[in-house]
Amino acid sequence: MVFSFDLLLEAVLFGILVGCFYAAVSVGLSLAFGLLDVPHIAHPAFLILGSYGTWVLASRGWDPIAAGIVLMPAFFALGVAVYRFYYETFEKRGTEAGVRGLAFFFGVAFIVEVGLILVFGVDQRLVEADYIGKSISLGEIRIPLRMLVAFATAVVLTGALGLYLSKTFTGRAIKAVAQDEPALRLMGANPVRIKQWAFGLATAVTAVAGAMLIVVGPVEPGMGRVYIGRTFCVVVLAGLGSMSGTLVAGLILGISESIVLTLFGASWAPAVAFGLLLVVLGVRPQGLFGR
Amino acid sequence: MQGFYKRLISIVAVALLAGAAFAQQPIKIGMSMPQTGPLGAGGKAALLALKMWVEDVNAKGGLLGRKVDFIVYDDQTNPALTPGIYTKLLDVDKVDLLIAPYGTVPTAPIMPLVKQRDLLLMGNFSFQVNHTVKHDKWFNNSPWNDASSWSDGFIKAGLKAGSKSIAFLAADQEFAQNLANGARELAKKAGLQTVYDQNYPPTTVDFSSMVRAIRAAKPDIVFVMSYPNDSVAIVRAVNEIGVGDSVKIFGGGMVGLQFTPNMVSLGSMLNGIVNYNSYVPGLKYPGVEEFLQRYAKRAAEEKVDPLGFYLPPFNYAIGQMLEQAINATKSLDHKRLAEYLHKNELKTIVGPIRFGPDGEWANPRVVQAQFRGVADKDMDQFRQPGKQVVLYPEAYKTGDVITPFDKARGK
Repeated sequence: MVFSFDLLLEAVLFGILVGCFYAAVSVGLSLAFGLLDVPHIAHPAFLILGSYGTWVLASRGWDPIAAGIVLMPAFFALGVAVYRFYYETFEKRGTEAGVRGLAFFFGVAFIVEVGLILVFGVDQRLVEADYIGKSISLGEIRIPLRMLVAFATAVVLTGALGLYLSKTFTGRAIKAVAQDEPALRLMGANPVRIKQWAFGLATAVTAVAGAMLIVVGPVEPGMGRVYIGRTFCVVVLAGLGSMSGTLVAGLILGISESIVLTLFGASWAPAVAFGLLLVVLGVRPQGLFGR
Repeated sequence: MQGFYKRLISIVAVALLAGAAFAQQPIKIGMSMPQTGPLGAGGKAALLALKMWVEDVNAKGGLLGRKVDFIVYDDQTNPALTPGIYTKLLDVDKVDLLIAPYGTVPTAPIMPLVKQRDLLLMGNFSFQVNHTVKHDKWFNNSPWNDASSWSDGFIKAGLKAGSKSIAFLAADQEFAQNLANGARELAKKAGLQTVYDQNYPPTTVDFSSMVRAIRAAKPDIVFVMSYPNDSVAIVRAVNEIGVGDSVKIFGGGMVGLQFTPNMVSLGSMLNGIVNYNSYVPGLKYPGVEEFLQRYAKRAAEEKVDPLGFYLPPFNYAIGQMLEQAINATKSLDHKRLAEYLHKNELKTIVGPIRFGPDGEWANPRVVQAQFRGVADKDMDQFRQPGKQVVLYPEAYKTGDVITPFDKARGK
């Protein structure tokens, strides 16, 4: 093991950048699973779908992040359709059917992955942009520009979503439906329409997260499985339904993973997310900021 | 009596017809080839070369008077798929001869199958897959045998530059670990101190943390053993983060930096890297340049690796070796073919090949070359000698290594 304080500092700095990226990747799941109690195990698959959508537009000259933003309406519509199907088929029929909903989302995840393989093949895809491949120097420390762009996008995305949920009428309705659905119904709001809108929003956000993913590194169809552990770790660590907690949890995961990768080796990296998840579930099951 | 003779004539007629039909049956050669996945880019180029050999041999009348049929499946560079594919080739397609998939990772899982069934298997750029299986009917087309044949040139270049320490970065898969295990022993024998030694999961896409750690360890030599996707990611990470000014020589066992699309996409990021290769322009083997000209035309039509230096000549050579063995023995019997291949020197477009008892080359010819003066987005620059300066073996050397690595990169 190589150790120096400079190396540790670099690892922490890189971990902050990666942590914000993990938070942005998880924020859609925080909304869908954390607030709406939808067992959205297909979230990482939609993330990869967003990456491939970005790749298609980027190969036609679009900037990758701009491509992710342009994809948001289509992903919103996809999210609405998927939730509607899930509600009519499973959620409406009670909590027992909700467990079968987990199998439904597993199925959706596999269909998305296989669909991507059939259309794009199993090869890795990456995008090019002016900020990919370059770095900036802070003394001895060099920071890849692609990580800074992903970091900035992540901060804007999580901030915008947090503001939307707390300051707008629909945003507060989404939080209300998570807290007390019958009360919301008594106030004349349709909880199903609110949840549909929220799931659409969660999926739309995933389009931008997918764009960030392909900026950070190459993607291939099976990569969603790598991110299941990370995204659920962030969401559970944050506390179900906490947007600000998602950012803090992302940072904790990013920094832990970066330190382990740098000092102990890449073989341990996949264990960090699941290890943290187990510790949190054992010690504080409601998460750091959970309701 | 009349009925008896009628029956006899019928039986003889059927036997003659069956014999004639059997003589017309093609010789089936089967394999899987990675046409997608990490080795897909190389696999498609290799496949084109084999198809060209099949066409050439059929144009000459086939083998033993029979047309050659070529059956290929895509294994997606997935080692979990190759045992099933090769079982299908044997039991369903009933092929006569087998060629291994390109690469160590897809090939290793089928070695027990061929050993168990005592079948001839023509290897395809695998590294040390027969080391523990010890199959006597394995014949590899690649110009290396053990870790020494691969690593010697790289480590010697580092030692010549005054290196005292070494860092290893290896993928956690069959090829890289086979090479790493041997390279570690060689480094120890050469008196090099190992200051960093990490394996990484094959699914790793970001190498920033590892490159950072390597830089902090301040090695003189950085020996990387990686597959194409990792190699590209590592080169990009080194370009972003740097490995520090202590490093004299970087590279060694990076698969994928020989594929034309990667060379063009990485461009100037390749400069300074010392890496292995099988063929670079300037190496004179009889027939190879004519083959590469024919290959280039077909590659443009089929949209595969346009230059085809790395794998295609050696895959064409697989066909040539089979052709010589079959024509000499007048047989498809695997034992007889294997005996011939063990005892004789084969003439191919990549030079003469003689096999050792383990089915690897008795006289290895791995090239270690340093990328120099590579410009961005220019494929044609690689057609001429000079962009990959051969450091080893001595017989083919075209220049000395430029060190340290930062100087060679132009930083």
